[in-house]
Amino acid sequence: MKKIEAIIKPFRLDEVKNALQEIGVSGMTVTEVKGFGRQKGHTEIYRGAEYVVDFVPKLKMEMTVAADMVPAVVEKILTSARTGKIGDGKIFVYDVEEVVRIRTGERGREAL
Amino acid sequence: MTRFTFGKWPLILCFFAALLLAGGTTAVGMADETAPPAVQEDTVAAPSPEGPTPGEVQKNLDFVWTMVAAFLVFFMQAGFAMVESGFTRAKNAVNIMMKNLMDFSVGSIAFLALGFGLMFGTSPTGWFGTDGFFLSDFGKDADKWLYAFWMFQVVFAATAATIVSGAMAERTKFSAYLIYSAVITALIYPVFGSWAWGSLHHGNGWLEKLGFIDFAGSTVVHSVGGWAALWGAIILGPRMGRYAKDGKVMAIPGHNIPMAALGVFILWFGWFGFNPGSTTAGNPDIARIAVNTNLAAAAGAIASLLTAWAIFKKPDGAMSLNGVLAGLVAITSPCATVTPMASVYIGGIAGVVVVLSVLFFDRIRIDDPVGAISVHGVCGALGTLLAAVFHEEGFTMARLGVQALGVAAAFAWVSVTAGILFFLLKKTVGLRVSEEEEMDGLDYHEHGNAAYPNFQLVEKR
Repeated sequence: MKKIEAIIKPFRLDEVKNALQEIGVSGMTVTEVKGFGRQKGHTEIYRGAEYVVDFVPKLKMEMTVAADMVPAVVEKILTSARTGKIGDGKIFVYDVEEVVRIRTGERGREAL
Repeated sequence: MTRFTFGKWPLILCFFAALLLAGGTTAVGMADETAPPAVQEDTVAAPSPEGPTPGEVQKNLDFVWTMVAAFLVFFMQAGFAMVESGFTRAKNAVNIMMKNLMDFSVGSIAFLALGFGLMFGTSPTGWFGTDGFFLSDFGKDADKWLYAFWMFQVVFAATAATIVSGAMAERTKFSAYLIYSAVITALIYPVFGSWAWGSLHHGNGWLEKLGFIDFAGSTVVHSVGGWAALWGAIILGPRMGRYAKDGKVMAIPGHNIPMAALGVFILWFGWFGFNPGSTTAGNPDIARIAVNTNLAAAAGAIASLLTAWAIFKKPDGAMSLNGVLAGLVAITSPCATVTPMASVYIGGIAGVVVVLSVLFFDRIRIDDPVGAISVHGVCGALGTLLAAVFHEEGFTMARLGVQALGVAAAFAWVSVTAGILFFLLKKTVGLRVSEEEEMDGLDYHEHGNAAYPNFQLVEKR
């Protein structure tokens, strides 16, 4: 089992979610996050004073899938989250040791 | 959290108790004096079979219009509360609401006790009124117009008081603000008001005798509040983190611009009571005054928008909101004595000036989170001068001279009194909260709660 974590532009959420559902991803967790990468922050102006917004709002999606699904999931995220402009985000893939469904106590792939 | 001690509160309570006691006795004494010769001719007689006379109808109309206008001006308190909280951070929103609530409440009692008498009582010298405290010149059968007039005046007094709240936002000790509220409505505002407006009732101010024009209070209300705000902000010092060591101005963005915008709409709406209501008569003049008021606000918005767009390369929202208020403040003095086109110019000039003024005060490091000094102090003075420049009977140097004298008198009087007041507050109860309280927010330390408890308020500074 692998965990896939993707930082994406917030307004791409619906496209990414729909694309992943199509290929059978059965659940995910989404968090509002802030951060910066190559995009850096941007300046805003308030009552005549400029200020730098260092951390840009992004969404973090997390899902755990069977290892054989990883290439398809990554591909779907790539195509649905990409705008081609700087700040499209990143995808991270981790190994997952164990998954447990709390309601039933099922473990491993059964619990996904 | 601050520990619970009684501290100075018994003293303050005693002060209010003494005030009310004094009021009770004067009211009783005065009622005895005024009851026998009661002014009967003004009371509305029982309707005759032919119905009310034209005079009675006009009188009732005057009452109704003046009351409706007073209620509109009262609603401006809500506008100020929204503007000020929108332009400041969420961690101080309860504090702003409490200041706006309490300056009206404390101000109402203070104006009853002292302010109204000082402003509109018999004034042998022309410098302050000497009777009518605690509404004591109202006998049982006296003319009820006094009630209408008092109600209209108390909402004006509270407007002057509440202007200061925004300029001193996010760092002022709540107890000090309460004392300030009582002093400005009991003393600072009414004494200057008696110079310009005393003869509307029993007084006769020296300034109005010279021909000073301030129809609805660009100077009497707005400059007085604005200059008090200036001295408050100077003596307090800027908010932490507002000016960097290298002199750079750091933005501290307000937490809710839609809320500030709602506040400006409410103020614009309330101003249709503030200016047209200052006729205190239901007559056709109110239409022209309303037109002038509206045009100045619109021109102020457009001019400040263009000014900000030219300087910052963006049509800045907060500045345009200030521009509306700048136009409204500037037209408040001349609204009954200029043409509609002149109102457009007056509002437009104010809209440009307010943006430059905000930048100027930041340059000299006077931190005014909402722009109250620029909007009310500077544009109030500006509007009072422009009342002479654009007067419908033509420009005269003499008229401009009197207007300038009034502007200077307001600045001098408020600088001395508010300067001393804030200095004394700083030396006694303390004017500013501690650094820790300022960082955590006044809501938590001063009031023990949060404006938005279900939201996490995380910020860098």
